[in-house]
Amino acid sequence: MANKISDETIEYVGILAKLELSGEEKENAKQDMEKMLDYIDTLNELDTAGIEPMSHVFPVNNVFREDVVTNGDGHEAALANAPKQKNHSFEVPKTIG
Amino acid sequence: MDIFQLTAVELGQKIKEKEISVVEAVQKFMERIEATEQDINSFVTVDKEGALAQAEAVQKKIDAGELTGPLAGVPVAIKDNMCIKGQLTTCSSKILGNFKPTFTSEAVLNLQKAGAVIIGKTNMDEFAMGSTTETSYFGPTKNPHNTAHVPGGSSGGSCAAVAAGEVPYALGSDTGGSIRQPSSFCGVVGIKPTYGTVSRYGLIAYGSSLDQIGPVAKDVTDCAAILEAIASHDSKDSTSVQREDYDFTAALTDDVKGMKIGIPKDYFGEGLDAEVKSAIQKAVNVLEGKGAIVETFDLGLVKYAIPAYYVIASAEASSNLERFDGVKYGFRAEEYEGLHHMYKKSRSEGFGAEVKRRIMLGSFVLSSGYYDAYYLKALRTKALIKAEFDKAFAKYDVIIGPAAPTTAPELGKSLSDPLKMYLGDIYTISLNLAGLPGMSVPIGKDSKGLPIGMQIIGDCFQEKKMIRAAYTYECATNKEHETIAAMSKKEA
Amino acid sequence: MAKQYETVIGLEVHVELATKTKIFCGCSTEFGGAPNTHTCPVCTGMPGSLPVLNKQVVEYAMAVGLATNCKITQVCKFDRKNYFYPDNPQNYQISQLYLPIARDGYVEIEVGDVKKQVRIHEMHMEEDAGKLIHDEWDDSSLVDYNRSGVPLIEIVSEPDMRSSDEVIAYLEKLRLIIQYLGASDCKLQEGSMRADVNLSVREVGAAEFGTRTEMKNINSFKAIARAIEGERARQIELIEEGRQVIQETRRWDDNKESSYAMRSKEDAQDYRYFPEPDLVPIVISDDWIAKIKSQEPELRTEKLERYKNEFAIPQYDAEIITASKTMADLFEATTAICKKPKKVANWLMGETLRLMKEHAIEADDLKFSPENLAKLVLLADAGDINSSVAKEVFEKIFTDDIDPDQYVEEKGLKTVNDDGALKSAIETVIANNQKAVDEYKGGKEKAIGALVGQTMKAMQGKANPAKVNEMLREMLK
Ligand SMILES: [Mg+2]
Ligand SMILES: [Zn+2]
Repeated sequence: MANKISDETIEYVGILAKLELSGEEKENAKQDMEKMLDYIDTLNELDTAGIEPMSHVFPVNNVFREDVVTNGDGHEAALANAPKQKNHSFEVPKTIG
Repeated sequence: MDIFQLTAVELGQKIKEKEISVVEAVQKFMERIEATEQDINSFVTVDKEGALAQAEAVQKKIDAGELTGPLAGVPVAIKDNMCIKGQLTTCSSKILGNFKPTFTSEAVLNLQKAGAVIIGKTNMDEFAMGSTTETSYFGPTKNPHNTAHVPGGSSGGSCAAVAAGEVPYALGSDTGGSIRQPSSFCGVVGIKPTYGTVSRYGLIAYGSSLDQIGPVAKDVTDCAAILEAIASHDSKDSTSVQREDYDFTAALTDDVKGMKIGIPKDYFGEGLDAEVKSAIQKAVNVLEGKGAIVETFDLGLVKYAIPAYYVIASAEASSNLERFDGVKYGFRAEEYEGLHHMYKKSRSEGFGAEVKRRIMLGSFVLSSGYYDAYYLKALRTKALIKAEFDKAFAKYDVIIGPAAPTTAPELGKSLSDPLKMYLGDIYTISLNLAGLPGMSVPIGKDSKGLPIGMQIIGDCFQEKKMIRAAYTYECATNKEHETIAAMSKKEA
Repeated sequence: MAKQYETVIGLEVHVELATKTKIFCGCSTEFGGAPNTHTCPVCTGMPGSLPVLNKQVVEYAMAVGLATNCKITQVCKFDRKNYFYPDNPQNYQISQLYLPIARDGYVEIEVGDVKKQVRIHEMHMEEDAGKLIHDEWDDSSLVDYNRSGVPLIEIVSEPDMRSSDEVIAYLEKLRLIIQYLGASDCKLQEGSMRADVNLSVREVGAAEFGTRTEMKNINSFKAIARAIEGERARQIELIEEGRQVIQETRRWDDNKESSYAMRSKEDAQDYRYFPEPDLVPIVISDDWIAKIKSQEPELRTEKLERYKNEFAIPQYDAEIITASKTMADLFEATTAICKKPKKVANWLMGETLRLMKEHAIEADDLKFSPENLAKLVLLADAGDINSSVAKEVFEKIFTDDIDPDQYVEEKGLKTVNDDGALKSAIETVIANNQKAVDEYKGGKEKAIGALVGQTMKAMQGKANPAKVNEMLREMLK
């Protein structure tokens, strides 16, 4: 079954992904996504009922750190690459009106 | 013999025997890079001054007897998605075009402990998303065997640099074949270790559950020595595995008697180039001649690996790349109205087309209402693929097949049809899903003079069997591949 | 007749855990500090950094889960919650959706004489966000990641509460449990306990719930009560006007006493949760659960009973003292030093409560040390200072935690036990107060009080009034 991606869907995914696509990019994105989803839909040929989804390949569990302070003052390193900073803080456009 | 013809271990030996100093070695490679870079473009950054300073420091430690390992003093290039403190680390993306990390990745630290001299950062597909190294913001890397062709990707810069003799060895990363496929295209040896063997700390993530760092070098001995240096259990990476063995060089034995090799029929069907196919058959015959037991078998689910991979990798990538937003580091758009517009403009201007494509796909498959149908379905498929390999490795020590369906395509021919490009990863991708180790070994060239690679696949934590098979092949064929690429441009 | 409405409330309570370090890195969780000083590559979302889970977070979360009668999820995992906001450096929060650490619990609350259970749907571990400071003059906000990665548990109740009284009883109960466990200090003002209120209204007797709204981050019990009343009234008004309540997130503005919608086109609430690939599952064995259970400290009810039995403290006093972990700790530590539980209880019930009221502070904010209170109890008990001096000294302990031995010494407040000095003072008082002396001798018992007072005055308050009384009677025989 051929997947159809609407303008609204592309718009919506753009909001989720914080990407602003041009008109042409949107058209391309629609086609790309439709093609990929059609291809991904071949997975539906597989019966996966009762199969546990595998997010980790190895049964490694319980990897912990002890609750001990190991880091000192990190503000210089944190801000070393900041595009905009002020008062030892990252500066961003105002977040409330 | 020119220094750039030497393997890393051979050069390390000469440095140890004081036939050449570390500084001299670095200078030679710098000269080589100056001569070749304009044709190949394998580097994003060449750190001449830094490398010379490291060389002097390393030489002192060698002289003092503090550094005695096989790689002490040997120059290396690092794929530009591994953080090095104070050194530009871009992932070949505009969005990280000015980013200088404040810490160094664990794999690189391990190399530094072994006495490596880092001479630069290599070009790659932007954020490791691609199979040709053409999606780099800094322009494509070219295949040293024929500069009209791509080097493969995404570790194309690392593989081309080694093939061009610009550096004795390099580190790459492999999420769906990104070490093995360009190694195959460039005629070098590359290993993707078992997931969890090399720490991912400091590797800028693409698909966290799939990414692994590995070596790229001229021969199997180098790769084993490099892997031995970079592999470690790292408490900073929760997915790092404490292994029983790290002595990969112990597997460098010329002997495959009784080794059981499985040849998956499904890897030799439609889509596989005839020259590649016959080269691999020939190579397998060599191993059989050395006493290996070769058998063909049915490996199931091969065609489902790519769709499952693109769901998982894109989903993880869409999340991993959210942090690039113009707030803390990297590129921020010049003009914007308010916060969300700043995000959108910075990301839209900062990311290239392929990265955006995968972020869009990944965001979609995770979005409300689609998670079960796509993401969970893909994770279930992954479980089935892993089970298929478990079945195969119950019978075989290693599995052998091609690393890619064809030799390196011409520049500019792949990106127009992404889906077709994705299909090129059919033999490599399932290993990342199943966490398995794999390597590409050069086995000859096609009629156009482009290298062909053979992929050897091991069971989880069984790199040594894989290395033994590769080393035996190498011994039997007397390293036909060893010469450095011709560096010519031949029109097709 | 006007319709009757019922308010239906569920809470999402975020509690910052009392670990020394953040949930996924070795940075300090200390409150305050110059911007971005408690940060590292992990908690500022640097490319290439990876999280490693703090074991203490899991143990605190288990302890709270067990103390609130939850079932512990023995294979639990972290998930990523994706949304863009500058206080969230990765633009995803590492949280738990599919397999939260604890589920299906309850706590018992009491409002008036009515006891009821508030059920806990689930409890999960997650990381806190950084802080945004809004610049008054510039059109910008400033981001500080000191709080980014501080461990939180989020406790999600069922919609079992029907009034602000029940909500506050529930919150106070949770706070006490968590404080007693030592898992958090639960300070609403400092934000180490925060509540989001999910509220809907329905006609009394209706079977279905109405449409609910969520109000975020309200930071005092009083504000919560006001927000509940305000939102209830707003929803009833909408319904009465025949309009719809929209399911949305609203922010309560306690100054304006009204809430406003936080909606924007850019905030599609689609978090695209998926399992966190950078962290491995947590497998909790029966043994581990048993160990956490066995380490559970004495909770309030047990403590209250013990105070009554072991120290013979009256029910009312024991209730007040145990109503705050800080006060109960103070009581026990002081008693352990001076071995005078009743006296200690008296100081807490009397002067401490009085001064708390006067200074408008909560029991959790008490700052003085058990050592100094114990010294004071011993000084007073030995008769080394009299009760009015003791009250004066206590005020100093309460505000500045002074050392009473040193203070009494320096200020010369010690009771004079020198019989000679006292005798001569009394002689002078008898000589100068003939009228009172006559009245006492004439059988007017009360007159002795005036003479004691005069003597105390002459002694500058440093005499023991009981002793003065005794000597006066002797000398007037
Ligand atoms: Mg939450
Ligand atoms: Zn940190």
